[in-house]
Amino acid sequence: MKKLKRNPQVIDTSKTYPPILSDDEVWPVVKLAKNRKEFMERVIEESFQRLKSIRPNISSLIEELELTRYREKLRYKTTPWKVDPDDEVFFWNGVKSRLLELNGAEKATKQQMADQILRDIISRYVHEITGNFKPSHYRLARRIIKFGFARLLNAARIKKFGSFWSGDLTLQDKIQITGETDQVRKLAKIGTVVIVPTHFSNLDSILIGWVIHTLGLPPFIYGAGLNLFNMEIFAYFMNSLGAYKVDRRKKNLIYLESLRTYSSMALRDGCHSLFFPGGTRSRSGKIETRLKLGLLGTAVEAQRINYEKNEEGRHNKIFIVPVVTNYNFVLEAPALIRSYLEQKGQERYYVDGDRYEKSGRILKFLVEFFTKGNNISVSVGRGLDLLGNYVDDEGMSLDKQGNRINTKDYFLYRGIITANVQREEEYTRMLSEVIVKEYHRINRVQASHLVAFTAFQMIRAKHRNLDLYSLLRLPVDEVEIEYSEFRKAFSRLRNRVIELFNKGKIDMATHMTDDIDSVISLGIANVGMYHSHRPLIKGKKGNIETRDINNLYYYHNRMDGYDLEKFL
Amino acid sequence: MTSKNFYNKPVGVIGAGSFGSAIANILAKNTEVMLYARNPQITKDLSETGLLHGVVMHPRISLTNDLQQVVEQCDVLFPIVPSENFPGLVDDLSPYLKPYHFLIHGTKGLNVSKKDWKKDESIKIDKEDVYTMSRLIRERTLAVRIGCLAGPNLAKELADNQPAATVVASHFDEVITEGQRLLRNDRFQVYGSKDLLGIELTGVLKNIIAIAAGALSGMGYGDNARSLLISRGMIEMIYLGQMLGANTQAFLGLAGIGDLIATCSSKLSRNFTVGERLGKGEKLPDILASMEETAEGINTIKIIIRLMKGYQLRAPITESLDKVISGEMTIEEALRFLMKSPLTSILILCELSSSL
Repeated sequence: MKKLKRNPQVIDTSKTYPPILSDDEVWPVVKLAKNRKEFMERVIEESFQRLKSIRPNISSLIEELELTRYREKLRYKTTPWKVDPDDEVFFWNGVKSRLLELNGAEKATKQQMADQILRDIISRYVHEITGNFKPSHYRLARRIIKFGFARLLNAARIKKFGSFWSGDLTLQDKIQITGETDQVRKLAKIGTVVIVPTHFSNLDSILIGWVIHTLGLPPFIYGAGLNLFNMEIFAYFMNSLGAYKVDRRKKNLIYLESLRTYSSMALRDGCHSLFFPGGTRSRSGKIETRLKLGLLGTAVEAQRINYEKNEEGRHNKIFIVPVVTNYNFVLEAPALIRSYLEQKGQERYYVDGDRYEKSGRILKFLVEFFTKGNNISVSVGRGLDLLGNYVDDEGMSLDKQGNRINTKDYFLYRGIITANVQREEEYTRMLSEVIVKEYHRINRVQASHLVAFTAFQMIRAKHRNLDLYSLLRLPVDEVEIEYSEFRKAFSRLRNRVIELFNKGKIDMATHMTDDIDSVISLGIANVGMYHSHRPLIKGKKGNIETRDINNLYYYHNRMDGYDLEKFL
Repeated sequence: MTSKNFYNKPVGVIGAGSFGSAIANILAKNTEVMLYARNPQITKDLSETGLLHGVVMHPRISLTNDLQQVVEQCDVLFPIVPSENFPGLVDDLSPYLKPYHFLIHGTKGLNVSKKDWKKDESIKIDKEDVYTMSRLIRERTLAVRIGCLAGPNLAKELADNQPAATVVASHFDEVITEGQRLLRNDRFQVYGSKDLLGIELTGVLKNIIAIAAGALSGMGYGDNARSLLISRGMIEMIYLGQMLGANTQAFLGLAGIGDLIATCSSKLSRNFTVGERLGKGEKLPDILASMEETAEGINTIKIIIRLMKGYQLRAPITESLDKVISGEMTIEEALRFLMKSPLTSILILCELSSSL
């Protein structure tokens, strides 16, 4: 085994983090909730101004309104959801007749009428988006999560009825938090933190919510898919945990601008936020390589506006903190990888349906997730500024040589801060590239990831003449890897991982350096451990076999992007 | 925007070679300019004669040997030094640069990140190891608002105030607009492009073809031969560019075909001159020893050849030139080789590069 030049971080599960703001009255999200009405008014006004500058003349504005109405009609006819308000048809029919009326109106009143319609649509959207955070609900929901999951955990682990109520094991034993935990606490005190996690499972938002609480941070706001609010249980938790609603069916300009304004303004008000920049769960099991730029862009914009306002005594810096969730087992894996392959293979058009739409299924999912599947680790990355520069513990940005620099200077042109949409788009793109790099850097390799990678790559090498789709159709009984061969290949790849780890290009769990046979056993035992068709098992002859090669491919993908296959 | 009256920082030009001073002269028509020269002798010459490279310098240009001063006093910098010296320059600049700086470089060469690659033939060069100047700036400094300058801009003609145009390329609209604002005058048109990599590469790769064109001219051949070379050379440039990640479009514009025609036809081009003297039978070391300034094409050929080795691609013109400058082939042999199978060799390149 290669020599270690640094040691993997040992997780101290007994470490506790006191809340950084003890008095919940001063949580920005509480302030926002208290002034909810006033906040919404501000969002509506700013969205209105933005849209007016995008569609400055009357004819282009009317065109936009017509288009929006048409798309909305299409939406509520083709994809109605339970969570949609009852007056949907009524409202949009109203818009329709007002637009008709407007066409016949005098020129002077035309603009006025169009503006009023625009304002009404924005107002409707902003009311829908706005979350309903209540501190009392937050505390209750948090307690339910903490208490409930801990009990389930103990019950599952100890398998004695009596121990259900014991406090032997805590969630913290099960969910291990590594990385720059102390720094994120410091940053949250001196600025606004945006956590950007990878997205593998529906459970991520609850998991990250738990992590945020455990680290003693005040609640974060985050955009949650409106479809999740179809389920009452989820709706309750989401509302309590500071979620605002994002409807991915609505792709019209007015909606998107309202949403962007909401996020940008909340950030400027100092609300810590959570974005899943990948957009949706990773279908392939790969770590995100391309991010959605919409919400990230609001952070860049909010930062510039903060600098422009330059209010004395206010913490106006925004910090980006990448977070990677490391699972050995993702319950949705089989469905996700199937949809990925269908899309990629274009065998047939894939309709995105969620398997866990109903509350009952969700509960079952939660129970399975927290009782089965072994430890989950969550890696917290180093804080970045909006340009992707690292920041130190005092929140100062650092250049490549480690000198302190002023982020504000990135927004200067001829000595003053200027708003420049194209510049900010470019900055957002650059930031997204840095985040992707950071994901790969703080990804904490588990034995399960590497055994899956090794096995799949060996199968691929053996059937070099087959393309991916033929390979995935191989009958599972034809796939058998001799243990001694596997052991050799695994050892080579592990050496490469250690090399990357030494260079700081990846993270790994402490168990990775154990005796090779035990690392392999641990990996095989853990990888996708509760699927009915296991990705990897040890056969009767001691050889490596698979029961589901698609699942194996999914877990293998986790290690994609490090060029490890070259070292097989 | 603040008006000029309130904000009149000078613009910095780093590198007082013939192109650098020509750009400084153009800038000086619109703004105060600080021209940085590494060599104190140049400052002395200018103050004594008022000339730089035989050209009268605009009175609004102030010359300095203090790099820190230039960076601290200017918001916009035009680094124009040979690619060989570029990494060193970037490292010298880095401590003084601030995030508000705009950098628009005018260097038409490449750099290899692996040390000693020239000495040690066994060192493999990958695409990732080949740096354009903008990438060098981006990866080694905090500067992000970066652009480049490329086009048919023969320094001597610029100095004579003849009509000409150039391209400023950057990912940032504001860098392009700033470049246009600073450089444009009634004799000098400035186009903008978002394709930074494409514009950089076309400026770099055309130097190879310029050497070949010079060689043909040195051998006494005329316009048929030159046109053959330019059109074949263009294709080779495009495929090499694609290999390095660029789109075709940049090669078809002013900085591509425009610059290619100028440098392939003009004795004012250094690369053309190197080729011409090769064509007349001189040896490369002698030619280089007698030249005042760098011909970037020679270095570019070496980098491309080494890069191609790893990818097992063929680029007939570049390869033949490489053999000529290393003395493995005479210039006549190279020509005979090219005339035999130009089409097929290029096809090999096409197929391979499209499969990359």
